[in-house]
Amino acid sequence: MSKDQTNQCCCGGNNEQFAKLDEVLVKYEGVKGALIPVLQEAQNVYGYLSKDIITRIGEKLGIATSQIYGVATFYSQFHLKPRGRNIIRVCQGTACHVRGAKAILQALEDNLKISAGSTTPDLKFTLETVACIGACGLAPVLMINDDTHGRLTPEAIPGILAKYA
Amino acid sequence: MQHIRAHVLICAGTGCTASGAKRVEAALQEELAKKGLDKEIKIVETGCHGFCEAGPLVIVYPEGTFYVRVQEEDVPELVESHLYKGRIVERLLYKEPVTHESVPNYNDLSFYKKQQRMVLANCGHINPEVIGDYIASGGYEALAKALTGMSPTEVVAEVKKSGLRGRGGGGFPTGMKWGFTQNAVGDKKYVVCNADEGDPGAFMDRSVLEGDPHRVIEGMAICGYAIGADEGYLYVRAEYPLAIKRLRIAIDQAEEMGLLGENIFGSGFNFRLKIKEGAGAFVCGEETALLASIEGKRGMPRPRPPFPAISGLWGKPTNINNVETFANIPQIINKGSAWYASIGTEKSKGTKVFALTGRINHTGLAEVPMGISMREIIFDIGGGIIGGKKFKAVQIGGPSGGCLPEQLLDLPVDYDSLIQVGAMMGSGGLVVMDETTCMVDLAKFFLAFTQAESCGKCTPCREGTKRMLEILNRITEGNGKEGDIELLEEMSRNIKNTALCGLGQTAPNPVLSTLRYFRNEYEAHITEKRCPAGACSALTGYSITELCKGCGLCKKSCPVEAISGEIKGRHNINSEACIKCGACIAKCPFKAIIKG
Ligand SMILES: Cc1cc2nc3c(=O)[nH]c(=O)nc-3n(C[C@H](O)[C@H](O)[C@H](O)COP(=O)(O)O)c2cc1C
Ligand code: SF4
Ligand code: SF4
Ligand code: SF4
Ligand code: FES
Ligand code: FES
Repeated sequence: MSKDQTNQCCCGGNNEQFAKLDEVLVKYEGVKGALIPVLQEAQNVYGYLSKDIITRIGEKLGIATSQIYGVATFYSQFHLKPRGRNIIRVCQGTACHVRGAKAILQALEDNLKISAGSTTPDLKFTLETVACIGACGLAPVLMINDDTHGRLTPEAIPGILAKYA
Repeated sequence: MQHIRAHVLICAGTGCTASGAKRVEAALQEELAKKGLDKEIKIVETGCHGFCEAGPLVIVYPEGTFYVRVQEEDVPELVESHLYKGRIVERLLYKEPVTHESVPNYNDLSFYKKQQRMVLANCGHINPEVIGDYIASGGYEALAKALTGMSPTEVVAEVKKSGLRGRGGGGFPTGMKWGFTQNAVGDKKYVVCNADEGDPGAFMDRSVLEGDPHRVIEGMAICGYAIGADEGYLYVRAEYPLAIKRLRIAIDQAEEMGLLGENIFGSGFNFRLKIKEGAGAFVCGEETALLASIEGKRGMPRPRPPFPAISGLWGKPTNINNVETFANIPQIINKGSAWYASIGTEKSKGTKVFALTGRINHTGLAEVPMGISMREIIFDIGGGIIGGKKFKAVQIGGPSGGCLPEQLLDLPVDYDSLIQVGAMMGSGGLVVMDETTCMVDLAKFFLAFTQAESCGKCTPCREGTKRMLEILNRITEGNGKEGDIELLEEMSRNIKNTALCGLGQTAPNPVLSTLRYFRNEYEAHITEKRCPAGACSALTGYSITELCKGCGLCKKSCPVEAISGEIKGRHNINSEACIKCGACIAKCPFKAIIKG
């Protein structure tokens, strides 16, 4: 077995990362209203919230898993399925809408051959929509991971994607 | 100590960073060091100037020369010419859209001239990560004044007299709200700042938090003193990582200097602040949903009363205000309520920051006195419509607001006049539309947004908006029926009257207001199956105008042989056969083919 494989446990995270989850849980011990920040930090570590992670958080915080699912599914920020290595968030807010955001989304869907809300089969890209990232002055805009790209045209999309491929 | 002879301000806000400001800064540092100028010229990172469209922005002081769209490659010339030889780099100056004149000085830009920047006074001018910059500009003086020279009741009275109204949408008198929380009985009280900024297309709160975070912190601390709270929360949307980072730094620095924490200014007043990151739900901007979210629950609104002032966070009396509301507080305490109340109109005092976006030349943030006309905002400050097109309408107040047509452009912008014409101030998002925007499509856009964001707790909002959206979809796809307009109106009334929270109660507004001023566009879609703006692709027909020279290129490009005509004669499109692929438009060398 290769090293990579031994490190993978059934929850999709490796042991070292599981330790990180416990660190997060210790940090929030006894803090009021901790569930959302814990989920946010857990997702930062694991990329998404697997069943095992949610169960462990429930045990440690003493919250029913059904309640955690209720919260995790309510907020668009949380993901229950694995996601791509690069997260594309294309703005569909008002300022971007009036400056052609629909065509940008179309170009992304055509180029990646997936629809918004899904991940490419090779797990390279996840395509999501977002309502305003506050860079409206550069509309239409998109974010890939932490980089913001503005003043977009559909023609510019393949070039931008190539930088992350 | 070496004498600093020039300051180079680089905007490090979200917009300019996206346009490459960090690379410009690195290049500048390197170039200054290379030329040995790094001791006498200081680089300062600032927050957003509200003119992100022209970014990355670089301003050179003492002259105040305003450079736009500066890229790495421009840096050597900028240093050599301006900083070394004192010669302005003409080609990097801003050019006015109408006159094409280039403007060297910050204050002469038409975008800034008519603005009255009070809340935004520091944004773009100080380093938001250095508390000393804020203090040097008079920061925390108001907190000192309140804590050492005023009683909590005096502070509340002062805010009441200023006439300040909430900037988060509703326009509720801030002093009165503080009074309620002050009078509420409780062993523990909270101050909460609503920085969820949900209106998609509004970014004034982001700008204030990134560019001048201490102003908001100071406003919250003054509020804490006034109402008797020792703890506060800032609820910031997760889409604003830079604002969150700057707030963290600001809170740490304020604690270090004893401006937050125990016994502030030796007054015995304690105040601590925490940040809560939102998790991407528009409804969490609604105050009761926001409080539920801070408590770690699903962010669903609950009926009021009880209002948060009586029973808020964890059941304790809680005062919740918007970012811009808090940012107004320090100057009211410093300069007095009478001074503040002298700005604006009878019932709307002070200034308001608007986010100008859409089909307008100057996208950006404009802070203006209440009561200014929409025409001045759009044409004088905003520089008019892109490409000289015709103004059609402006949407104010985002998904809860309404639109104003051409004939209302001279209306004074204040809370009450806007309500009268079926719009609302909202957070201050202004989306400008020109003749190419379809108003039915716009209404559909907003309704699709609120529909997707409905939390699902009550039926009128959850099901009603879905049904309305179906009707609007049908209309824009050319399947509208007689009676659809009346149905939309009836459903709008029902939802407004029965929805539980502001999201549902205001969701039909964009539909009602576009119906009020652009009913004929709805009718054209339904009865003539035509989109007058040429925006709804299912309804746009193609036709050939008299510009046609009869070259025949279009005929060859049409995949379905919908074009007829003889060489040198005017060609024609058979609208029955045309599949609206658009191939012919692209081919015509004489621009004779039009949509719509
Ligand atoms: C659906 C909905 C979304 C809202 N979003 C925001 C928001 O993003 N920011 C904000 O300050 N207020 C928002 N509000 C208004 C708040 O409920 C609340 O009235 C406001 O924060 C009070 O502050 P103010 O008195 O300073 O305006 C929203 C209201 C509703 C119904
Ligand atoms: S009106 Fe809409 S958002 Fe508000 S509580 Fe009802 S379903 Fe939820
Ligand atoms: S739009 Fe397409 S189908 Fe219609 S006339 Fe032009 S080329 Fe032919
Ligand atoms: S391509 Fe243009 S000019 Fe030529 S025939 Fe067609 S419409 Fe007329
Ligand atoms: S609407 Fe797209 S960034 Fe604001
Ligand atoms: S981010 Fe630079 S002007 Fe707004």
